[in-house]
Amino acid sequence: MSRFSNLGHKLYQGEVSFDFVGRRKLWYSISGVIVLVAAIGLTMGLHLGIEFKGGSVYTVAKPGLTISQTQEAVDKIVESHPLVQSTENGKIRIQVSSEEKVSSSVITESLAKGLGVPVQEIEAQVIGPSWGEQISNKALTGLVIFMILVTIYLAIAFEWRMAVAALVALIHDLLITIGVYALVGFEVTPGTVIGFLTILGYSLYDTVVVFDTVKENTKDLTKQNKLTYSDAANAGLNQTLVRSLNTTVVALLPVAALLFIGGGFLGAGTLNDISLALFIGLAAGAYSSICVATPLLAQLKEEQPEMKALAKRVAQRRAADAKAEAARDAGGEDGEDGSGDEQPAGMVGQRGRAAGTTRAKGRPSTNR
Amino acid sequence: MATPKSRPRDGYPGRALALILVVTVGLVALMFGTGHTKPRLGIDLAGGTSITLSAKSTDPKAINKSNMDIATGIIEQRVNGMGVSEAEVQTQGDRNIIVNIPKGGDKQTAADQVGSTANLYFRPVLALAPSGLQAPAPTDTPSASGSAAPSATGTPAATGTPSAGATAAAPSTGATKQGRPAGEALAADTTPTAAATGAAATGTPSAAATGAAATGTPSAAATPPATPDLSAAMTSGTVPPELAAQFAALDCSKLEQRQNHQTSEGAPAVACSQKQEDGVWYKLALGPVAVFGKDVSKAQATIDTQQGGGWQVQLQFNGKGTDAFTAVTGQLASQPQPANQFAIVLDGQVVSHPYVRGAIPGGSAVISGSFTQAEAQGLANQLSFGALPLEFTTSDVTTVSPQLGGDQLKAGLVAGLIGMVLVVLYSLVYYRGLGLVSIAGLLVSAALTYSIMSLLGAGIGFALNLPAVCGAIVAIGITADSFIVYFERIRDEVREGAPLRPAVQRAWPRARRTILVSDFVSFLCAAVLYVVSVGKVQGFAFTLGLTTALDVVVIFLFTKPLITLLARKKFFSDGHPWSGLDPKRLGARPPLRSTRRRNPSSSAAVKEA
Repeated sequence: MSRFSNLGHKLYQGEVSFDFVGRRKLWYSISGVIVLVAAIGLTMGLHLGIEFKGGSVYTVAKPGLTISQTQEAVDKIVESHPLVQSTENGKIRIQVSSEEKVSSSVITESLAKGLGVPVQEIEAQVIGPSWGEQISNKALTGLVIFMILVTIYLAIAFEWRMAVAALVALIHDLLITIGVYALVGFEVTPGTVIGFLTILGYSLYDTVVVFDTVKENTKDLTKQNKLTYSDAANAGLNQTLVRSLNTTVVALLPVAALLFIGGGFLGAGTLNDISLALFIGLAAGAYSSICVATPLLAQLKEEQPEMKALAKRVAQRRAADAKAEAARDAGGEDGEDGSGDEQPAGMVGQRGRAAGTTRAKGRPSTNR
Repeated sequence: MATPKSRPRDGYPGRALALILVVTVGLVALMFGTGHTKPRLGIDLAGGTSITLSAKSTDPKAINKSNMDIATGIIEQRVNGMGVSEAEVQTQGDRNIIVNIPKGGDKQTAADQVGSTANLYFRPVLALAPSGLQAPAPTDTPSASGSAAPSATGTPAATGTPSAGATAAAPSTGATKQGRPAGEALAADTTPTAAATGAAATGTPSAAATGAAATGTPSAAATPPATPDLSAAMTSGTVPPELAAQFAALDCSKLEQRQNHQTSEGAPAVACSQKQEDGVWYKLALGPVAVFGKDVSKAQATIDTQQGGGWQVQLQFNGKGTDAFTAVTGQLASQPQPANQFAIVLDGQVVSHPYVRGAIPGGSAVISGSFTQAEAQGLANQLSFGALPLEFTTSDVTTVSPQLGGDQLKAGLVAGLIGMVLVVLYSLVYYRGLGLVSIAGLLVSAALTYSIMSLLGAGIGFALNLPAVCGAIVAIGITADSFIVYFERIRDEVREGAPLRPAVQRAWPRARRTILVSDFVSFLCAAVLYVVSVGKVQGFAFTLGLTTALDVVVIFLFTKPLITLLARKKFFSDGHPWSGLDPKRLGARPPLRSTRRRNPSSSAAVKEA
């Protein structure tokens, strides 16, 4: 762990640096592939629960009948593992989704056989798909309104480019999560819808935290000629990398516990439905805020004329530096951050400076 | 942030800490004191009651999808007014609506409320008499007053001061400015009841709050009865001949007789009072319907601020209702007792029968009776969410077991606990001493969340379902997240070579901004979902909003002050290897500025963002 903590220090000082922004193409292709797979999964369709699909409910009254007995009998008849509950007056209620190819009359007869009760004593009711529809429609409305509002907010708090990048990352996370659902074939219940909505808040939360550092790191950027926007953004990412990893780990731990422990002990269930959505969503959220949102932001920013000009100046300076170095053919490293006393102005915030000045120290990573 | 000279640079963290600890302990004490030590569980976790309502209508065409959807919406509003009670309302087949109400809710009230059609009429009173009485008792007549200014937002509650011989006045802006319109109507000899009942003061919204108020004894100040005539069969007013026999036979003290006796909207009818008035059940003879409930455009429960703070219901009529109401109050004002009263009849029972002293124009009125808060809100609900498009009968009420076995909840809690332990371990390993701070913070958060949820269960019927439990488990991550943001900032400062106390101060504004911006995003998400959605999603949004708000409270009032205090301790400020703030371990640069370290106040001024 101490090594990890050391790594944090090295990352912060810029001694170790991962070039996230520069490997944009790699991230985009990874994301592209995942989203594509998710989309293919979606075309196969989602496995919707009874609240969405409608279905049928059977009520059986037989003294001494247990839930587990009923569940066994029912599972022999239909494949969808219907929900079995007991009601107050010793009755047992079975919910079968309408996806079942088996018709309700057949189910009634088979149930009667399997449980040893007369057919007349099994009440069957058919449920319409109104409720899940209603909940999801309203959730969807909420989602759209929220996206609009949050884009406006981020555009004001940060800038429109950040808002766009954050939104893209958010959609990316949602797509991946829904796609995995389709692929795994887990049931989508109103609970799952709620899981998706949680991701929404968290994915943005994560992105906002990263962008906050990037914003800080790219302040007064045009006043120097050592770093391009991408370099500065990348330095910011590296500085917050440990924190991002920590926050993600800390958020994932409880969810992982839910997923593996809940699922391990009980098999499939509502807990699993929700925690799977959360797990995928949180992981995707952490990944996208670093590898999708920030590179995209840098890409958008580099289009700005002043940033283009800056990139040009930086390139010129680097070329000049390289020449000078070659001429000296001795390796007096430039930008050594020993004492931090001889830093060129601009990028380096000395201690005692106003909070908010950037502190990207060390050499910019240019593994290109 | 100008600070006085005497103030220590890092403020008075002790005060904030004391505040939040007092609040936390207070909430937990309140939770145990009121006995609501567990959050109410939603129907998926605790089971509940399932009510099946079947639509019936004389016109078979009326039972169609759109009417069923409207009805579903209205019933949803009734059982789930705040949106957090986890009640589920869904259609079943083409003529049934299933209402699931979690355990702990008032089963009977719910069953009564959901399907009632709430047909509301305003009928003039023709006669009234106490019934089933051995000895006469004074009546207690509520008063009605209107305000002359129509206002979409409902005029502030004010059953005005008695104005003897008030005359009707045309609505005018002047009238609103005075606050009390001249169309004021109040019988000088009525008791504005609510003062006699301590109901409003207790403010318990639970339907189980004993009807102490409803049957409250009149206060000492109660004025003499309006019907002192105890001889003539104790009846005041004239009973129309066609109702005479029915009226005489009616005994409202018997439950089975307090039913809906209204046969037609255009004919007079008899009715019972919905509640006892001074321990007496009244029977009334009523004229034809003057104003219909469907012409009420808005109703809300308010506290009568001028008359001792009782609960009342404010009404706002639509155009048609306004005209009718103005006309009928104008007519009634000139009548003798008791024909100067109009009865507000809800589902065949008289809720209140206030006096009228002058025409009440402007389309708003106040119903004041001996309402408890729950009654006033219930009535307002029924009036606002109006008449159902269809009539429903309750065809089945059963108690259902939890949809998810108790093992699901148990597994969820075990998983949550394990997750919590993992988070604690992780932060201890990574942040060492600081990890203790995050543990303490998590505990405070947990105590606050749990006690608030438990109290809200009793307060606004908040119920926790499995998704909300999962939401709370995710909130562990979000809360820990805020700590990490701050810790990392401090460590960044220490890496820069700052001594700990200034580092803690300097890291704060920047960490604060990050935390606020990101929490705002989460909160926005919760708020939008709460406003837009229904049912389960709304309950979840509420949980998310609550935990996000608490996250901000905890980080500001607990974590930051605690760190500030700890920074003064040698263990941390000297960067003990186990403190998580060891400059060496963090690779702080060699202290070139040792001069500054000895004199931390020189240039290390804290910039407040």
